[in-house]
Amino acid sequence: MDLQSQEAILRLAKANDPTALIVLLGAPDPEAAEIAAETVTKGDPAYAGALAGAQLGLDVYHVLDDAVKSEVPDDVWEKQIGLMADVLDADALAAAVRSMRS
Amino acid sequence: MFKDRIVIALGERDGIGGLAIAACAEAAGAEVAFVATECFV
Repeated sequence: MDLQSQEAILRLAKANDPTALIVLLGAPDPEAAEIAAETVTKGDPAYAGALAGAQLGLDVYHVLDDAVKSEVPDDVWEKQIGLMADVLDADALAAAVRSMRS
Repeated sequence: MFKDRIVIALGERDGIGGLAIAACAEAAGAEVAFVATECFV
């Protein structure tokens, strides 16, 4: 994860109730999604950024998770996500992120 | 899920972009506090 993103997330987690935060990921493959989810829950696995050692335990989902999609109006979903929902493996992406929430 | 929640939208260029994620989150009723579209090469 970009170092700037890590700094921003850490800043938001300190400035807000962390339980109010939700991280939504758009990673194209399960491996990348899992690493990003790990970074915002258990800390940066590469120990390179501001989240190294920061076990924020943030609520994190892949945007293609059915739990997210069900909350988004259909017209917005089609316009913003559209065919990418068919191109990417939504089930595998959601499962990869879910494994880091539990 | 999104009521009174603050979203961090971390998109990826080869997947779903940050702005698209943010638009979905806002339409679902969330406040979006940070948006990024990362690029891994």
